[in-house]
Amino acid sequence: MQSEVMFAGFGGQGILLSGKILAQTAMDQGFEVAWVPSYGPEMRGGTAYCTVVISDEPIGSPIIKNPAHLVAMNRPSLEKFAGIVKPKGVILINASLIPIRSGRDDIDELIVQTTEIASEIGNIRAANIVALASFIARSRIVDFDIFRECVKKEFSKKPKLIPLNMKAVDKGKLAANFDV
Amino acid sequence: MAKVLMKGNEAIGEAAIRSGCLNYFAYPITPQSEVAEYLAKRMPEVGGMFLQGESEVAVGYMLFGASACGERVFTTSSSPGISLMSEAISYIAAAQCPVVFVNIMRGGPGLGGILPSQADYSQSVKGGGHGDYKLLVMAPASVQEAVEMVTEAFVLAEKYRNPVMILGDGLIGQMMEPVEFPEKVAAKPSDKSEWATTGMDTRKSDKRNLVKTLFLDPEELNRHNLMLKEKYKKMEAEEVRYSTYNTDGDYKAVIASYGTMSRVCKTAIDMLKKEGIEVCMIRPQTLFPFPEVAIRKAVEKKSCKLAISIEMNMGQMVEDIQRSVSGIVPVKWYGKCGGEIPTPEETAEAVKKYLNNEE
Amino acid sequence: MGKTFLKPNSLSDNHTHYCPGCTHGVIHRLIAEVIDELKIRKNTVGVAPVGCAVLAYNYFNFDFQEAAHGRAPAMATGIKRVRPDLNVFTYQGDGDLASIGMSEIIHSANRGEKFTTIFVNNAVYGMTGGQMAPTTMPNQKTTTSPFGRDVKDVGMPIKMANLLAALQTPGYIERTTVLKPKYIVKAKKAIKKAFIYQMEKKCFSFVEVVSTCPTNWGMTPQDSIKWAEDTLLPYYELGVFKDTPKMEEKNAK
Ligand SMILES: Cc1ncc(C[n+]2csc(CCOP(=O)(O)OP(=O)(O)O)c2C)c(N)n1
Repeated sequence: MQSEVMFAGFGGQGILLSGKILAQTAMDQGFEVAWVPSYGPEMRGGTAYCTVVISDEPIGSPIIKNPAHLVAMNRPSLEKFAGIVKPKGVILINASLIPIRSGRDDIDELIVQTTEIASEIGNIRAANIVALASFIARSRIVDFDIFRECVKKEFSKKPKLIPLNMKAVDKGKLAANFDV
Repeated sequence: MAKVLMKGNEAIGEAAIRSGCLNYFAYPITPQSEVAEYLAKRMPEVGGMFLQGESEVAVGYMLFGASACGERVFTTSSSPGISLMSEAISYIAAAQCPVVFVNIMRGGPGLGGILPSQADYSQSVKGGGHGDYKLLVMAPASVQEAVEMVTEAFVLAEKYRNPVMILGDGLIGQMMEPVEFPEKVAAKPSDKSEWATTGMDTRKSDKRNLVKTLFLDPEELNRHNLMLKEKYKKMEAEEVRYSTYNTDGDYKAVIASYGTMSRVCKTAIDMLKKEGIEVCMIRPQTLFPFPEVAIRKAVEKKSCKLAISIEMNMGQMVEDIQRSVSGIVPVKWYGKCGGEIPTPEETAEAVKKYLNNEE
Repeated sequence: MGKTFLKPNSLSDNHTHYCPGCTHGVIHRLIAEVIDELKIRKNTVGVAPVGCAVLAYNYFNFDFQEAAHGRAPAMATGIKRVRPDLNVFTYQGDGDLASIGMSEIIHSANRGEKFTTIFVNNAVYGMTGGQMAPTTMPNQKTTTSPFGRDVKDVGMPIKMANLLAALQTPGYIERTTVLKPKYIVKAKKAIKKAFIYQMEKKCFSFVEVVSTCPTNWGMTPQDSIKWAEDTLLPYYELGVFKDTPKMEEKNAK
């Protein structure tokens, strides 16, 4: 089985890092993974996106036309990519910045106020971790406990940030369950 | 060793260190600058050396000089940078110095773009600098394979006293995948006392070592070229590397593809299989020497009607495939060269179209 | 209402892609104003570098060529040699000019090619993501000098204006900056003088502009200006290093 997640948003929203943490989690769980970034001058200030491919077999094409899931952190990303997600996938919409919806009824739409949640726990920069936690809780694409450990590992060089990000993980998970 | 998740560029830098190469010269260029950035931190930790040259022209000759002293040395660059180094590459090949080059290709010609491409196939395989010389060219299709090839490249470069080029596309450099580094490789540097300019006091005899490329005597230059030719022939006999995919059944076409593109082809082949269309792939892991025999054998199968070169360029490998199949089947091409990598869907569609036209 | 800023004809309508606090935009504007004032837009050819200003031709509104990395002076030489009537300038960063293109700039200057070089010194490679340049300051951290520039290992930063002034041939060399309005007026004067000398077919002219790169310095635009004033300006001292035409004029009198 192979699954793919596309992360998209503004440069600076932690898009590439979210993808990396998911890839690391999947790897630690024993899956094959590939993290494929968009790179170049558009990284500065423009849109950034990356795709994470997770599989229980060696991965063929890392280039994906239709990802299984989408985490859209800003409006242009949702507008651009909502249509290419495979049916039954999860589309996470960062409602703090996106006033519209995917317009699809064959996918699982997950609406999360990532900025508000992050600012409640003390730092809006944790919005990407809130989103990632919500997404993982809903899609169950990887094991949530392993994911928690990976977030800790990611911030091991800045231990001060760990408690904040652990809160982000928990609040994100809650948001996935209480979404209507 | 446990697996680690690493960007191709960083993994390439780490692989060089673990292959016992502690000398690195480079000039920044996207999409491979992370190698220099990684090694700027890492080399001091292991007692190695990194110098950012003032240009790729200069870097080319820094490599030449260092290698002519018998030291293991390598560089990484991307297409326009490799063009600038091509002059030095000709000298390095002529002087038979074992330098390892890594080209993380971007789109060309000219400044082109910074996205993945395979447009330097001809430059690497057919020459790029002047004169009759060949590089041993390896094409990795994953971060793991890039790591393994770096390690092997140092061994091959010394075995043949010849520059080796690792030809990766931008995605190989930019993508993160799990890698497992080989346990501390014992690839001992070869004995270079016969030729390297290590200083006369490093030798027991009174012999002077000279690294040079000028042979004004026509017979001597001819002999030099014949000797190089023998070496390239030996590479052709001993160093061809390739892998195959889906070659068991009665396939209708043989795809030849390398690097990231070959992974797209693999997925496309699986898609076609679901539709009942059998296609196989030969993936050259060395582009020179080229897996000629493997490709010819593959197209000799009765069911096979077609060979297709699938690359992120305008068909630079087609001639090599034509030479390999020697007229048994027609050779087609599919690819893109702007930086956008064809999807498996597009690739499968292109293969189907060719097969329909054949019928 | 106050004064409206009219866009010089020599600038296009395109918005620049430069980061907030980057000085390329200001320098583009000064060049455009000078070209407008001298009424030479229609016989000017610019040569773009490889660096953040590679797309400069999108922002100017006259003929342009795009060089390979560091080779702009060689291209400008080519233009001037076959079309001495054109006004030609190269616009180059410090990686482009002082590293990979050092040979081209020295030889063009030394031949006294009658074009103008605008040299934007931001002490770092901007476009490729903040690697060390030959102009990077001692101990300055960049992505390829993560522990700070070690001058024992890679030498002191190159002062291009001083270096070129040591050659006998080049006629006009000045170092300026655009960090604050008071400097900008002087910078514009220098650029104008450089173009005038070119029009009068007098000499090779070179204007260095000490600049900022907040993105790759990892600073806010405000902090960048302060850092540049405190760190760059004492080392890259502003002023005229050479003005042969002016000296000759004086001597003639
Ligand atoms: C032959 C070659 N080598 C490397 C590069 C990659 N490259 C593009 S811009 C640049 C550095 C530009 O720095 P600078 O001249 O200081 O200008 P800035 O971006 O700071 O304005 C480099 C190394 C290239 N385009 N061509």
